[in-house]
Formats: sequence, structure tokens, C-alpha cells
Amino acid sequence: MLEQQLVNGVVLGATYALFALGFTLMFGVMGVINLTYGVYFAVGAFAALWTTQALGLPIAAAVAVGALIAGVIAVAIDTLLLTRLRKAKAPELASLMVTLGATLFLYAGMAASLGTEIRRFPAAVFDGGAYSLGEVRVGATQILIFAAALVLVVALMALVRGSRIGLAIRAVAENPDAAALMGIDGALMLRVVSFLSGAIGGAAGVLVGLNFNAIQPFMGEHMMLRGFAVIIVGGLGDLRGALLAGLLLGLAEVLTAAYLSSTLKDMIAFGLLVATLWFRPMGLFGRAAAKRA
Amino acid sequence: MWEALDDFYWTYQSLIHAIGVNGILALSVYVVLAVGQLSLGQAAFMGVGAYTGALLTVKFGTPFAVSMAAAATVPALLALVVGGPTLRLTGVYLAIATIGLGEITHIVFLNWDYAGGALGLSGIPERGGVWAIYGTLAVLLVGFTLVARSRVGRAMEAMREDEAAAGVMGVNLPRYRMTALVVSAAMAGIAGCLSAHVSSFIGPGEYGFESAVRILSYALLGGIGSPVAPVLGAAILTLLPEVLRPLADFRLMVNGLIIVLAVLFMPRGILPWRIARTG
Repeated sequence: MLEQQLVNGVVLGATYALFALGFTLMFGVMGVINLTYGVYFAVGAFAALWTTQALGLPIAAAVAVGALIAGVIAVAIDTLLLTRLRKAKAPELASLMVTLGATLFLYAGMAASLGTEIRRFPAAVFDGGAYSLGEVRVGATQILIFAAALVLVVALMALVRGSRIGLAIRAVAENPDAAALMGIDGALMLRVVSFLSGAIGGAAGVLVGLNFNAIQPFMGEHMMLRGFAVIIVGGLGDLRGALLAGLLLGLAEVLTAAYLSSTLKDMIAFGLLVATLWFRPMGLFGRAAAKRA
Repeated sequence: MWEALDDFYWTYQSLIHAIGVNGILALSVYVVLAVGQLSLGQAAFMGVGAYTGALLTVKFGTPFAVSMAAAATVPALLALVVGGPTLRLTGVYLAIATIGLGEITHIVFLNWDYAGGALGLSGIPERGGVWAIYGTLAVLLVGFTLVARSRVGRAMEAMREDEAAAGVMGVNLPRYRMTALVVSAAMAGIAGCLSAHVSSFIGPGEYGFESAVRILSYALLGGIGSPVAPVLGAAILTLLPEVLRPLADFRLMVNGLIIVLAVLFMPRGILPWRIARTG
């Protein structure tokens, strides 16, 4: 029934929006498509699994731990791989290729050390029950996922749009050299952005892992297709666009799975991506910004 | 003498095939890199070519030449649809669209019952073989060496070094990018078709993200200074896991590491020499 599917779609869409937000923030500030982003997603989910299983902490703590660990790893990877290329002002495709190699390395490493079987959260995590609104059932976990995504999105937007750090970040994104002349520590800001996007990717991993209750090293790889679709549809580097596109994609996928076919569901992200490239390459809200040679 | 060669061939048959096929794939990614673009859809194009050719041969009994022609055409058309709109934008868009293409072709192969679904397609009759593979590779190598020496080759190099300057000098950027992408997709499709007809089996798992990255690592290790370099890179990376057996479990990690190190420390590959120009 439609209302139930809409609820499921909004919950899924919220996690997509959160995932894409970190991805597009990274691109917007650094100008680099960082493919290791999918790894942070899986790292966050595994960290949460460890927090709930081995430490027995509640899921809210797991979201925080997952975000923290993924954020720290994101800073480490960025420092290790991209600082050098940034100094040399290497072309954007060189950076993309480095992160591509690193992604394969990290996925293969995770698969070798953690195994590829699907793991699940302990049952106690889902003990919250469910609420019924007429015909519609909303699980406590779904409410938690949506609330966590909402809080994180609002917090990030407030930070980027309304604080001094956010102002500095936007200045670096606009023009790193001019920002440096204004006394902004560009390298520090890039580290802050790396941490923020890594943390958001990690948190999204925890929430999506909760939503489907399936965690394995390659979960980030499948998510990246959605991430690409959302940031292209929303416009590269456009936070507002990523939010809306993420919600739309979640809704579209759930409705397609419910009323058409579940195979078709997996095609939607790619279909939207290609359609956007053909008809509106600047994204939902973008003005024509395509670089013409 | 001939018997010894024959023995050698039968023992290492699949490795010999793999080196040739991977050489063609390395050239296919070289064509796109040579104009300063990045395609991560080579594995997908290869898979589409393999499935197209194998389905035609198995289900319709078409002659090998027809299967090959179709295996080149279908990926080329796919490249037009997916890559076409990105060629007027920055290179990031093509990279993203082709990664997406790889994910989606994997899903299609997995769910396509007519083509065997998750089980793949088996019982593909043996066609072409080692002569077809190395003949194709040789023709492509000679062809690209001639192109690299020509006016077109210089235009491609100019695009790679500085797009804006090349555009100002009158190089038709979108047309070069489009041609490179379509040719590259067709080559990957041919490689897929050749490989399917010597291995008798193809499955949806062979053309995923890992394969796309592996193909890219051939060209990055070899370098793109001349067409020979990526083919050499492919040969090394195909032989490496055979020589270093204990490494086999970490093959994917090694491939990833090679890309990282190559881009950071060896941006021109192990064969950096460029081809002399004529004309």
C-alpha cells in the first residue's frame, strides 16, 4: 500500500541523501572525486557492528563511533594520497585514479581480513518495537535512522552555512589561494572537510547497515552507484541538490520495487544519472557551469 | 622443435590467450587516456562484447566474423549513449558515468535469464583462437603506432597535455574524445568476444569493478607514451600472479597498490619513451 511505501522510501531516501551529502561536500571543497568514500561507508558499518556486538553499547553510540573512526581514516587517506598531488597541482583525473587504486586496495584488504560473508547486527539493537499510524507501521529503527540522518544533515548545513569554520571552508572551496591570503589555514580546512565527509559517510554506513541489516566489505561499492547518481542529479558539489536528489532516489527505488520489479529498482540510479547527463548536466539547481575548452 | 612448442602451447594455453586479450584491453584504455579522458567502463564494454558475441554464436549459430562485428558494434553504441553527453563536460563526468555503467551491466548480466543469469553462459564453441587474438593485437599495435606518428597523434597528445591550448589551436576536442571512446569500446568488445570464444564460458562476475581497475592498471604501469607500453604493462601484470604464486591471494591489493604508486611516483609509466614523429 502506498502510504507504507512512502514511509519506507523517505527513510531510505534520507540515508541516500546523507551519504551523498558527504560525497558532494568532499568534491565541492577539494575538487576531487574521492572514490575511497565507499570504503568509509563500510568502515562505519563495521565499526558500529563491533560497538554493538563486542562492547554491547546502544545503537546511538554505534553511530557516533562509526562516524568517528571513518572520519579519522578519511583524514589519514587524504593526507597520504592526495596532499602530494595537490601540491603538484596534478589534473583531477590523476587524483581520481589514485583514489581508485586505493579503493581496490582497501576493499581487497577488508575482504581478506574481515571475510565477505554478510554480517548482521545483534537482535537487541532492533528491540524498539513499532508504532502504528492507521494502516502504516513505522519501526523504531526506521524512526532512529530518519532522525539521525535529519540531525546530521541539519548540523552539517548549519556548520557549512552558518559558522566561521563553514565560511572558511567555503572560501577554500571558492579560491584556495585567495583564502590563504585572508589568513585561512587551507591545509587544516581540507583536513576538517575530510573528517566531516568521512564521518558522514561512516554514519550513513551505520544507518544503511541498520536499514537492510546486512553488512559486508563491498557494501560501499554498491552504494557508490547511488552516490554518483545523487551527486550528478543534484549537481556536483551542490549540497541542497544532493539532499533533494537523495530523497527522490530513495522514494523512486522503493516505489519501483513495490509496484514494478526489484531488478528494475537497481537500474533507477543509473537511468537518472544518464538522463541527467543528457538533459541537465548542471544538476537540479545548477546554472550552466560546464567548462568549455 | 615443433613438438616442444606444441607442448609449451598446450601447457600455458590459457595464459597465452590471457596475455593477448589483456594486451588488446590495455590498448583500449590507452586510446581514451591518450586524449586525456578516463574510462572505467572497459570491463563493461568487454562484457557486453563477450555476451553479444557468445549469444550470437551459441543461440543463432552465426559465423565468427558476424559475432565479432556485433561484439564491436554493440559496446560502441552503448559508449555513444552513456559517454556522449559527458564529452562536452570535464573528464570527471565520463569517469563517473562509466563506473556506473560497470555496476549496471553487472546487474543486467546477473538477472538476464536468457543469457544464463548468475550461472553464466557455457558451451561456447571454440573459434578464433591464438591466431585471431595475436593477429588483432598486432594489427591494432601497428595501427596505433601509425596514428601516434601522424597529425592525429599530435593532436591527441596536445589534448592530453593542455586541453584549452589544444582547443585554441583548432583541435576539435569533442570529436576526438567521442571517436576515442567509441573506438575504445569497440576494441574492448572485440577483446571480450575473442576471450569468450577461447574459454568456452563467460559469467557475470568477470566484468565487474575489479576488472575495470585491473585493465586501467595495465596502462598506468606501462605508461601511455607509446602504444607498446600498455601492452607490455598488461603482459607483466598478467604474468605476475603466475610467477609469484604466493601473491595470488593478494592480487587485487597488488593491482590497487600499483595504480597508487604509478600515479604518485611514476606518472609516465615504465616505458616513458615517446614515438618519433613524422609528417
